[in-house]
Amino acid sequence: MSLILDVKKLSMRFGGIHALTDVDLQISSGEIVALIGPNGAGKTTFFNCVTGIYKPTSGDVLLNTPKTKNIRLNGLKPNQVTIKGMARTFQNIRLFQSMSVLENVMIGRHCRTKSFIFGAAFRTKFTREEEQQTIEKSYAILQKIGLEVSANELASNLSYGEQRRLEIARALATEPALLLLDEPAAGMNPQETQDLEALILRLQQEGQAILLIEHDMKLVMNLSHRIYVLDYGTLIATGTPQEIRNNPTVIKAYLGEGADA
Amino acid sequence: MINDNAQNNKDIKLITEITRSLKVSLWFVFLTFPLLVIKVDALEKTVEYRWQNMLYVAIGTFLVSLLSKFFLDQNTKRKERAALVTEPQIGFLERIFNEPKYLYPIAFAACLFALIFPLIFSPYQTNIMTTALMYVVLGLGLNIVVGMAGLLDLGFVAFYAVGAYSYALLNTHFDLGFWIVLPIGAILAALFGIILGFPVLRLRGDYLAIVTLGFGEIIRLVLENWNEFSQGPSGISNIDRPGLFGMELTLNQSINYMFYIMIGLVLFTIFFVNRLQNSRLGRAWIALREDEIACQAMGIDKTKTKLTAFALGATWAGMVGVIFAAKTTFINPASFTFLESAIILAIVVIGGMGSIVGVIVGAFVLILLPEYLRALSDYRMLAFGAIMVMVMIYRPQGIISNVRKHIQYDPEEKTAKKSVDTTQAGKS
Amino acid sequence: MEYFIELFFSGLTRGSIYALIALGYTMVYGIIGLINFAHGEIYMIGAFTAYVIATVLGIYGFPVLAIIVLAGLAAAIWSSAYGYTIEKVAYKPIRHAPRLSPLISAIGMSIFLQNYVLLAQTSDFLAFPELIPDFEFMEPIAHIVGTTDMVIIVSTIVIMLLLTLFIKKSRTGKAMRATAQDRTMAKLIGINVDQVISVTFIIGSALAALGGLLIASHIGQINFYIGFIAGIKAFTAAVLGGIGSIPGAVLGGFILGLTESFATGYVSSDYEDVFAFSLLVLILIFKPSGLLGKAEVQKV
Ligand SMILES: Nc1ncnc2c1ncn2[C@@H]1O[C@H](COP(=O)(O)OP(=O)(O)OP(=O)(O)O)[C@@H](O)[C@H]1O
Ligand SMILES: [Mg+2]
Repeated sequence: MSLILDVKKLSMRFGGIHALTDVDLQISSGEIVALIGPNGAGKTTFFNCVTGIYKPTSGDVLLNTPKTKNIRLNGLKPNQVTIKGMARTFQNIRLFQSMSVLENVMIGRHCRTKSFIFGAAFRTKFTREEEQQTIEKSYAILQKIGLEVSANELASNLSYGEQRRLEIARALATEPALLLLDEPAAGMNPQETQDLEALILRLQQEGQAILLIEHDMKLVMNLSHRIYVLDYGTLIATGTPQEIRNNPTVIKAYLGEGADA
Repeated sequence: MINDNAQNNKDIKLITEITRSLKVSLWFVFLTFPLLVIKVDALEKTVEYRWQNMLYVAIGTFLVSLLSKFFLDQNTKRKERAALVTEPQIGFLERIFNEPKYLYPIAFAACLFALIFPLIFSPYQTNIMTTALMYVVLGLGLNIVVGMAGLLDLGFVAFYAVGAYSYALLNTHFDLGFWIVLPIGAILAALFGIILGFPVLRLRGDYLAIVTLGFGEIIRLVLENWNEFSQGPSGISNIDRPGLFGMELTLNQSINYMFYIMIGLVLFTIFFVNRLQNSRLGRAWIALREDEIACQAMGIDKTKTKLTAFALGATWAGMVGVIFAAKTTFINPASFTFLESAIILAIVVIGGMGSIVGVIVGAFVLILLPEYLRALSDYRMLAFGAIMVMVMIYRPQGIISNVRKHIQYDPEEKTAKKSVDTTQAGKS
Repeated sequence: MEYFIELFFSGLTRGSIYALIALGYTMVYGIIGLINFAHGEIYMIGAFTAYVIATVLGIYGFPVLAIIVLAGLAAAIWSSAYGYTIEKVAYKPIRHAPRLSPLISAIGMSIFLQNYVLLAQTSDFLAFPELIPDFEFMEPIAHIVGTTDMVIIVSTIVIMLLLTLFIKKSRTGKAMRATAQDRTMAKLIGINVDQVISVTFIIGSALAALGGLLIASHIGQINFYIGFIAGIKAFTAAVLGGIGSIPGAVLGGFILGLTESFATGYVSSDYEDVFAFSLLVLILIFKPSGLLGKAEVQKV
């Protein structure tokens, strides 16, 4: 198995806040890796730094896919990162609410399609075929996610859990080599969480590499091959679910938080 | 008994409303007193008190205050009802203009009327109509930028000026004809759009508005002061009217010719904008308007997508600029002030941002009404300003709101068709 | 050298006026995040009110000192009233609408007010009476810096200091800062946000009126259009200094005034406004957070 993502000594500061300090993280192809940690540990910040939304203060992010051999992502804009092969979902759902479910997924196809002003105005053969393909591919992704019955609904009419799945569908439409999920189970009921678990597993079996942020420990333990634990912006442990479960430092970090809450 | 009580409550409410409106009216009397009532003449050393104005203000604001309260109540009631009932909420006008059953006959009749217009009406009327059509195209061009891509451009008139001066200069210096310069003017304006847009489009919405305004003013000031280039405030005259296969046209003929050119351009613009709206690019604009960060995370190049909208808008302004120069045969910088940008913006905002029919209606209403109601033309800009404010408060979607067509996919037939989504419409 | 000093002081004078108007922009932007496009018009209305009142009192034979005080007061009172009303009518109902809606509303308001004054008064330039007399002790340096200039510069600096003190120390000032930081939070801890916003508009408008009065008496003429250009320049000053920052607005005003003064003095007076607009464009492109402002980071 080859390395897809290699993050070296990534640090991020906001003024005086050290949101991330020297974080190292690797993901191999076909792997599900989880990134966990108490609230405010810096998990979302890690995603933002890796995907180009924030510019990290220091450190390296290397992406290695069949198409792009070991390129540095630092300094790239978010859209370029996505084109290179990494797509994400958002913790606080950011769908295009006034668009239909299908259209949301179609936006994900944007970076893999080409037709432009001329094609739009004169509906050339190329444009028509591309548009048809965009629609069919997007629909196929909705089928895989299990949202095809709502394809023509407005995104804002979906339930919370369905919206989270739509975020995944939209990210998948960009054909990512690595999929980043930020708390996909947040706000889901037990049934929805179970379905989500099955979905993520299915994606993994199809060869999709996934980096997952999640607070639902059952989901994390069931799914992940390896786990990274962040606390106050530093890695405090890595290992298999079994190792993490019994790691005293991790237990302390979580209990500390539990005592606060 | 119960009825009595309700009646009483109503009376009390009415009385409080009236006292409130009286207070409002009194406040405005105070507010307008020094400027609207007093008029001084410093040379003659006379003071004139225009008490009748005070009366107008008092009565006017009293009525407006009462009515607006009533209107707001109705509005909230309607919204409450809309929240309860889930039946489709499309306004009357939107329904007419989005139903091919109605829209096509209306459009057909309009085209027919346009074709015979110069035959029925005087050249004077035709000329006015041509002007209105120019504003239709300007509005549709700005609508690409403001309505579709969500970028507030307050310097749109700069591109209009680029087009006009392109033709004026190329025609007077190099004797180039209208039809050659029309695409050149469009391309030059687009280039200007790209050059100006590139550095500023990453700015946040309101800053973008101010920067474009600054750019617009800079271009106008340069035209005004760079005498060797643009002949300064005195402008450029003796610009050729468009030619028709080398034929000599009389003044009336060329007025009619100009009119038909504009009709052609309007039709082409509508066709183009409509196609654009339902394309990959059009979708990207909507997405960008809604959430820039999510959009970028989906791999959409923010700058490139915005720049395309900006340049397309500029292209249309450039074309109308060329036509403007050819129509008036004389241009000077005074035609390209911020006020002009504001009028075009008013057309888009009042007509309905993003809505093609809305912008067309907006242009006709705002350009033709003051033209025909000469008595009111002094109050034109006053009304523009007031209406812009009121539209933003009471009807942000404009006269005819943009009802977006969604793709409706049928997996069995593998066909997709565009249709009006009934749950979406009517929402602002 | 003398020419340089002359330009320097005339730049400071201009800059003071811009600063006075910029303060209103900056305060309003700091609190509700709106570019109050109609703010320039408030300044114009201040100048017109002062003109009307001063002329009327002059005709009725009031003493000069009384005219100055009463005209100044009238300008401040009515401008504040306009500022207050504009906020209530055009901005408050759409405070929660998408960001561009209030801006468009503000542009509409600006067009409306310009034409209101045009119709209610006149489209001509009006000669504005010189309100500030020449002081005798200024005589020796009067050829470099006139009394009016001195009064304008000094009063701007005093006003800035008072305003900073007010915002730092007073109860209302503290409420204003809290509202600027987090409106929802301010509401939760019992601050009357509506009232704070109104106060902001009133103070900003009064300052603009003062600017209007001073510049009108300095330049000697007014018309309905002076608000537009001055408004944009003052906005430039506010952005230059860092929008939201009070010392920034004054600093920005001075820099803009000096730039204009030197550019017209040494380069060309034809392009006076071009320099200001170019400065505006350049800052927004290269340093939108301004000299003393804080950069905004969007949380994701
Ligand atoms: N743009 C920003 N500016 C300043 N501080 C920030 C910014 N973004 C994040 N932070 C800070 O960085 C720290 C980590 O935040 P982050 O959102 O990454 O936590 P998290 O691990 O995702 O928490 P949660 O589980 O609650 O989502 C927090 O203290 C947060 O306040
Ligand atoms: Mg998070």
